[in-house]
Amino acid sequence: MTKRKAVALISGGLDSLLAARVIQNQGIHVEGINFYTGFCVEGHTHAIRKKDKAKPKRNNALWSAEQLSMKLHIIDISEEYKDIVINPKHGYGAHLNPCLDCKIFMVQKALDWANDNDFDFIITGEVIGQRPKSQRKETMPIIARESGAEDRLLRPLCAQNLPATLPEREGWINRDELFGFSGRNRKPQIELANKLGFEEFAQPAGGCCFLTDEAYSNKLADLWRYRGEKRYELDDIMLLKIGRHIRPAPNFKMIVSREEGENNFLEGYRKQFLHLRTVSHNGPLTLIDGEPNAEDIELAARIAARFSQGKQDTEVQVKATFPDGQSKILGVAPILPTEIPQGWYV
Amino acid sequence: MSTHQLNAQNLLCPMPVIKTQDKIATLASGDILEVSCTDPGVLSDIPAWCRINGHKLLHSEQSDRIIKLTIEVIHENDR
Repeated sequence: MTKRKAVALISGGLDSLLAARVIQNQGIHVEGINFYTGFCVEGHTHAIRKKDKAKPKRNNALWSAEQLSMKLHIIDISEEYKDIVINPKHGYGAHLNPCLDCKIFMVQKALDWANDNDFDFIITGEVIGQRPKSQRKETMPIIARESGAEDRLLRPLCAQNLPATLPEREGWINRDELFGFSGRNRKPQIELANKLGFEEFAQPAGGCCFLTDEAYSNKLADLWRYRGEKRYELDDIMLLKIGRHIRPAPNFKMIVSREEGENNFLEGYRKQFLHLRTVSHNGPLTLIDGEPNAEDIELAARIAARFSQGKQDTEVQVKATFPDGQSKILGVAPILPTEIPQGWYV
Repeated sequence: MSTHQLNAQNLLCPMPVIKTQDKIATLASGDILEVSCTDPGVLSDIPAWCRINGHKLLHSEQSDRIIKLTIEVIHENDR
């Protein structure tokens, strides 16, 4: 008899880990697929910020695959994903998170992969009622239909609450050994994890996407507002994860590193930007995005000086280096905290 | 058998893993891939990716900000 094959969407969280193991336990060959959108939380900030050094820097999707002894295919969809973020057909969630469009897109990409690699069906760790935007009873058929996966999409953790899918009807999978989880309560998943022998697992509170984060979404909205269009490059969304973002005027924004790890990261970008560095005192590296005039640069230098060790001194020397390599030294008085309106912080 | 280089410096995880995965897909079993990176996350992620996919991590070292990993490619049909 042909061994059936399933591709599992692996986010690195507990639900996708459990869904894959439940299907493996029914004798199905399962391989994982993980999509890189550019907004993935893990890895980036952990690797950049020194304060996070104690946190494990592992990629949770790879870690899950290892627990499951299965292959994992990590696919970069960041370019195609822009259209999902910019024009979500089903709209945004609480912030700029296009969760339903995102899920449809990922299932569609997994279906393409399954077709190209002769896999029979797709599994996800979705649970009805788990997430307010994408994991609801009424969104489940929308995802199946609009992704094109139809009844080749199986959700092992809540399958008993949904119509039988092709793998169940064909007898590749025993529906009785699937589950009927629903709601936001995590207890059933924790119990199943214990039963299946998983002692350690990742449970990111807001999922694993920066777009569910209010502060991050505000920075992205600011970027679009002042750029005059909804557009971004991968470098833009990386930089939104780093540093203090301060916009003293519509025509420019400052990205001020908060610590050594961020300084090191911003070093990789400094040649693309006008950047400021305090030379008379230790201080942060500051990138300036936009088109500041001479007065703006002086103001930016005063703000950068405020975050240096010379913040209490009467003058701080700040070196401004332009993208063409030219530079000049400015002697400035550090701005007072009261002179920085809260509204400048993005 | 030949030795290949991959520069994944200034890329954040999982991009170095994706670049490694895509490069290895173009190589033959027995080939050696030397990857250089700056994201410390690769010290966990690339060895994990190798274990999952059956390739052999021969060596890893970190000096200053540069992390170098050496991988022997072993495709499934050659195990």
